[in-house]
Amino acid sequence: MSQDEIIRAVNIHKSFKGHEVLKGIDLSISRQEVVCIIGPSGSGKSTFLRCLNRITEPDKGEVLFEGKSIMGPDVDIDEVRSHMVMVFQSYNLFLHLTAKKNIMLALEQVRGMGQEEAEARALDALSKVGLEAKADAYPGQLSGGQQQRVAIARAIAMEPKLVMFDEPTSALDPELTYEVLDVMKKLAYGGMTMVVVTHEMGFAKDVADRVVFMDHGVIVEEGDPDKIFTDPQNERTRQFLKRVLKDEPGPPPA
Amino acid sequence: MAMADGWQIIQDNLDAFLAAAGVTVEVAVFGLALGFAGGVLLALSRLSSFKPLSWIATIYIEIIRGTPLLIQIFFIYFGFGAISPLLNFDALTAGILALGLNSAAYQAEIIRGGIESVPKGQMEAARSIGMTRMQAMRHVILPQSFRLMIPAMTNEMVTLIKDTSLVSTITVVELTFVGKQLTSRYLEAVPILGFVALIYFVMTFATSRAMRYLEHKYRIPGYGEDE
Ligand SMILES: Nc1ncnc2c1ncn2[C@@H]1O[C@H](COP(=O)(O)OP(=O)(O)OP(=O)(O)O)[C@@H](O)[C@H]1O
Ligand SMILES: [Mg+2]
Repeated sequence: MSQDEIIRAVNIHKSFKGHEVLKGIDLSISRQEVVCIIGPSGSGKSTFLRCLNRITEPDKGEVLFEGKSIMGPDVDIDEVRSHMVMVFQSYNLFLHLTAKKNIMLALEQVRGMGQEEAEARALDALSKVGLEAKADAYPGQLSGGQQQRVAIARAIAMEPKLVMFDEPTSALDPELTYEVLDVMKKLAYGGMTMVVVTHEMGFAKDVADRVVFMDHGVIVEEGDPDKIFTDPQNERTRQFLKRVLKDEPGPPPA
Repeated sequence: MAMADGWQIIQDNLDAFLAAAGVTVEVAVFGLALGFAGGVLLALSRLSSFKPLSWIATIYIEIIRGTPLLIQIFFIYFGFGAISPLLNFDALTAGILALGLNSAAYQAEIIRGGIESVPKGQMEAARSIGMTRMQAMRHVILPQSFRLMIPAMTNEMVTLIKDTSLVSTITVVELTFVGKQLTSRYLEAVPILGFVALIYFVMTFATSRAMRYLEHKYRIPGYGEDE
């Protein structure tokens, strides 16, 4: 293991009802690295992400977080998860809590912070995503883009060592997509370690240090974004990129 | 004049009516409380990943819901004593116990439904930020599910209040019992039973109003059907 490695997945397998969704995935991510995972629908990207924090239990294989296996029964998986938080496609904000309370809950329950400290931290996180004005709004009173930004604030308030994004903008209209991608870009440039499953090829090109292409439960190809996007080595990667880049929208309106 | 007679009867027996209404309220309140405690236990058992526990809860719920309440009341009052002298309850206790054990099955299903109707992503989000299952249940799932349960719970409460009249059959001196007694004494069914019905209605109406107030008070802005 290199000194820089934050997480490593070794030979991850997962089947659902006899259908093998992950067929032995190996991936190592370094601190401050931004890795984008791309691939067709159903290729197992979400399942893989969920195996990393064992929200979905892999059938076989191992995940090492900061060099230590997180698989055993004696591992405090809740503690581990609090350092590698996840941002979901459907935001999953706690619907009965305001934006601020959404962020405070885990700070209080998981980090054991007092209310005042948690509140200060929550407001700080909200200001980082430009939503301090919405601190007292409920999720149902926010737009999709705002909800996702609160979800990102909730994640980063934990001061995690890794943030996993599962298609964070797929449920959003294009004009709201940009505000979320913007927040993510700032995070990336601020040095956050990120794994991002995404269909936003523009984001992957601009921000990723490495792009991973998954298909049918295996990593087909990975590498530098410039290399993957301009000169993919594998035929399946080529086919996939040809298909998605064709209907990629242009750059955002200025 | 039947009308005047009727009014006179009610006035003459007002104390008896009120005492009986008090017993009805007592049976309803304790029955509902017992039903809620039992319902929470049964719902959590049903949702438990420990299968035998889940099966026992399911069997209990199915038996209670599939048999008449009146038989359950008789069973506890007459039958339990035959099983063991320790289970020889007085009528009031047997009545409360029967209604509570019956309501537990219905409330369990309401609670389970409430828990299950909280979107799956809520538990996932809670767990993946490091909360334990218990923390997630307590701070995320249950607060949401209780709100979702209110309409069905209101129904169950109103049903149980009305079902308390069945315990008159095992000689609990509650509203229906007193109503029947006075009817056979005065042979004036309409005013007496009409008054009894009115008291029940006041109870059920107040209950559903109070619950609607709670629902409104604890509604989550922007969540579920609003207004
Ligand atoms: N809990 C589950 N039970 C059964 N099958 C599942 C489950 N989760 C995922 N699958 C199946 O596993 C396969 C991979 O799903 P996954 O969600 O990982 O793909 P994906 O690459 O994230 O796709 P998308 O781009 O559509 O999000 C799909 O065929 C899906 O139907
Ligand atoms: Mg997915």
